[in-house]
Amino acid sequence: MRMIFTIASRELKTLFLSPLAWSILGLLQFILAYLFLTQIDAYNALQLRLANVETAPGITDLVVTPLYGSAAIVLLLVTPLLTMRLVSEERRNKTLPLLISAPIANHEILLGKYLGVVALLLIMVLMITIMPLSLLAGGELDFGKLLANILALILVLAAFAAIGLYLSCLASHPTLAAIGSFAFLLLLWILDWTAGLHSEYNEILQYLSMLSHFQNLQTGLIDTRDICYFLLFSATFLLLGIRRLDYERLQK
Amino acid sequence: MSTLIRAAHLCRYYGSHCAVRDVDFSVARGEVLGFLGPNGAGKTTTMQMLSGNLAPSAGQILINGIDLLDQPGAAKGQLGYLPDNPPVYRELTVQEYLEYCAALHRIPRQARFQAIAKSKRRCALDGVAGRLIGNLSKGFQQRIGIAQAILHNPEIIILDEPTVGLDPIQIREIRALIRELGSEHGIILSTHILPEVQESCSHVQIIDQGRLVLHETIAGLERHMNTASLSIRTRDPFDFQQLSVLPGINSIETITPEHCRVHHDLENNPAEGIAESIIASGAGLLALVPEKKTMEEIFLALTSRYESEKPCA
Repeated sequence: MRMIFTIASRELKTLFLSPLAWSILGLLQFILAYLFLTQIDAYNALQLRLANVETAPGITDLVVTPLYGSAAIVLLLVTPLLTMRLVSEERRNKTLPLLISAPIANHEILLGKYLGVVALLLIMVLMITIMPLSLLAGGELDFGKLLANILALILVLAAFAAIGLYLSCLASHPTLAAIGSFAFLLLLWILDWTAGLHSEYNEILQYLSMLSHFQNLQTGLIDTRDICYFLLFSATFLLLGIRRLDYERLQK
Repeated sequence: MSTLIRAAHLCRYYGSHCAVRDVDFSVARGEVLGFLGPNGAGKTTTMQMLSGNLAPSAGQILINGIDLLDQPGAAKGQLGYLPDNPPVYRELTVQEYLEYCAALHRIPRQARFQAIAKSKRRCALDGVAGRLIGNLSKGFQQRIGIAQAILHNPEIIILDEPTVGLDPIQIREIRALIRELGSEHGIILSTHILPEVQESCSHVQIIDQGRLVLHETIAGLERHMNTASLSIRTRDPFDFQQLSVLPGINSIETITPEHCRVHHDLENNPAEGIAESIIASGAGLLALVPEKKTMEEIFLALTSRYESEKPCA
């Protein structure tokens, strides 16, 4: 367990040694702040009309939910860039033997790397959450819904990171890992767009699509099915990654 | 002496290609085993198997009595390994890197500083501790790799071509370091530089096409090198065959009328008798030299013999 944290903290520090993590944090904040402000403008324009409607959506629905929705899409583009170098760069630079010949099990190596990236993603979620919290200065928030949104984003990012890490285990070159995980994530994201066309596969496609699970959670409906979907998803790809590292010893 | 590493019947196939075939050896404390072989002979594959980076297709590896395949965690704790490329992170400073390695090898926090300081001193890295590894030369990176391998004071140190990329002075320092470490640890080092083995190893092992062709102590190797032959030159032509009556002579090879080579028993050196009879004949003795095989010759003889006998299928 201690080894996992040793590797995770090294991984997190390494991410911040390159300009990549810093620039992603900065740009992400900039883009999402822009979206956040546009949402607030739209809300201000609608506010008068909404005041007359009973059970009208509040500011949490109109500003916070879209913000986390766009954050998930932007991070879908960004996470592959963060995960791509985790294993494939070690393999490329031939530094993997250092970890493998140390008294550490393969699952500790992989979980350590995973937690390192997840820690960075959590920092991003924290930075994003500051924006809706700033609304408290002039209004009230539905905290239940805000927490549901935070949970949804964390779960979806955990799944992104697991896929990215697995593809980094497979690929010989970091760029390949990034392209692969990006394509894979995008496919899973948009899977239910076509659900209407093939009615017989409808349910399966909708179940597999990350988007529908994410949106379910975002509405504030915390369903164990959706939580399990993301947890199983992450666990599956982590296991595949560990298997892949084990396999490396057997065949080259 | 306790056996620190024991490899039994190691085999490794890459697909149908056999890289290492039935390799069998052991290293005790206080021994430095030099692993010699041409490129592609299976040295690095063997090293990777010993360090747990590659699973053998068959065979067993015991590290200090612990099976590497059954209890990899416990076995790897006793190992220090320098792969053929030093596994250094270019974006870290030397100090940061060694601290990370110390943590990976579970050196207790309070002992870490001392272990790192000792390792840095041994590999002459004190002056560059604060610099980024990526900005250092290949020689420094190689020494950082060695520092990493000896950091946790392992029982067994496996070094894959440790002196590659070093300048002659550094090579001498590293060889001295290896000899020093060899007194209290078991060391395996691979190289294709023959004098390196003579200088820093106590045992030598030659591998060719995945097969061990020689396992000897350095003294035994020296015996191989002192083959029993004399080279004789005279001023005037001389009938060398008449020397065959002298005791101890096995065969005489006449090269020119003034030059021949005499093969004799190791115990019964006929040099004195040969000198006397040539001087007595008045042919004029110019040279009487015991011939020494170079390490290269032994190496070539051993590796080419197997090549012609049994090709590796």
